[in-house]
Amino acid sequence: MKITKAKYSEENKCVLATIDNIKWAVPIDSANRHYQAIQEWAKIDGNTIEDAD
Amino acid sequence: MTKAAELAKMGEVLTNSQIGGRRNIVINGAMQVSQRGSVTFDHAATGTANLYGLDRFQFQSAALDQLEGTITQVADAPVGFTNSLKWTTTEPESAIAANETFDCCQKIEAQDLQQLAFGTSSAKKLTLRFYVKSSVTGTYGINIFKADSTARQLTSTYAISSANTWEEKTITIPADTDSSGTIANDNGEGLRITWHLGAGSDFTSADNALTWTDYANAGWAFGHAQNNVALTDNATWQLTGVQLEVGSQATPFEHRSFGEELALCQRYYEVTGAGQPAQANSTTGIWCGFQFKTQKRAAPSIALTAVNQRFFQFGVANRDASNASLQQTYLTTKSCLLRIEGYSGITAGDSYLSGGLVSDSTADSFISESEL
Repeated sequence: MKITKAKYSEENKCVLATIDNIKWAVPIDSANRHYQAIQEWAKIDGNTIEDAD
Repeated sequence: MTKAAELAKMGEVLTNSQIGGRRNIVINGAMQVSQRGSVTFDHAATGTANLYGLDRFQFQSAALDQLEGTITQVADAPVGFTNSLKWTTTEPESAIAANETFDCCQKIEAQDLQQLAFGTSSAKKLTLRFYVKSSVTGTYGINIFKADSTARQLTSTYAISSANTWEEKTITIPADTDSSGTIANDNGEGLRITWHLGAGSDFTSADNALTWTDYANAGWAFGHAQNNVALTDNATWQLTGVQLEVGSQATPFEHRSFGEELALCQRYYEVTGAGQPAQANSTTGIWCGFQFKTQKRAAPSIALTAVNQRFFQFGVANRDASNASLQQTYLTTKSCLLRIEGYSGITAGDSYLSGGLVSDSTADSFISESEL
């Protein structure tokens, strides 16, 4: 998976992420494979899940 | 074989096999369901790829450079089947380096595998049967992987003897009685069946042929010898009739109805949401909620299927966004509530129905995805 953007939604209910050029709303659930990938992506220097507006 | 030996064998099969009920543990083994349609695999564009093609079958790769291809459902299958999954290489990899892999797999949910009793002295053998066809002959690797706390695996191989010819392959998988072989009773990954299509030397040196061992990269593709599907332009590899069942005997393929197979697939991926009630909460945003057709494995990710994501306001107007985007969600395994932004000319409090009603298309719908 190629993650190019990740940002928490309002009230931190999900992560709004662009994965393989598709915009997903990803639940904050460790059983969700997209959320797992976002967590791994965020461990890499330079990658950050942006705060909600 | 003597008559006594035949009877003893029959007794073993009756004792250790599942005689009635659902036998095939694999979902969509006959490749009937393809909700995503044809998909394009492009490793360079996606990094480490985990791309689903036909439902429940995923193509994985690591460290590749150039490989591109298509994954399609085609009406080409051995007698008794109508469809197959077809990989076609459209841009070959220049070479498979030591750290590179490419494969097709199905990940099976752990709680659907408790009957195997893996990790106990009562663990059951399994039999995997499938039909395969490729433009490239040679020896290909198979891996059976068990996730969870102590990852375990074993490998086997199959030969494609004749190019472009359907061949039936059967592999009996020993029971894993080691205590570390336990499969957790949960919604995570239980077992993974992997058909290797490319594997570098980092993954082929540790001999675990038909022997359960703790996972090591060196054993991931032991025995796999033919990488030319990934290295040859227009090379093809096809698969259908996949059945994994308890016991040491391959039984006839368990054909399920399309509707039944579709519902099984929709636990992991569905496109839905047409005609659902919605309401504007501002001059730019619309809330829409609905139940999924099938309860999901885990809370799913949601994506829109259209840039304009139409809602109907009957007798007034169709409401199209200029660039619709999900901004807020409440996601559970059974339902979702979504706020979509990007509209204009709407009024808070107005009621709508989500689009996609006027045809059988998936336009203006919602993808929910909870694959393993």
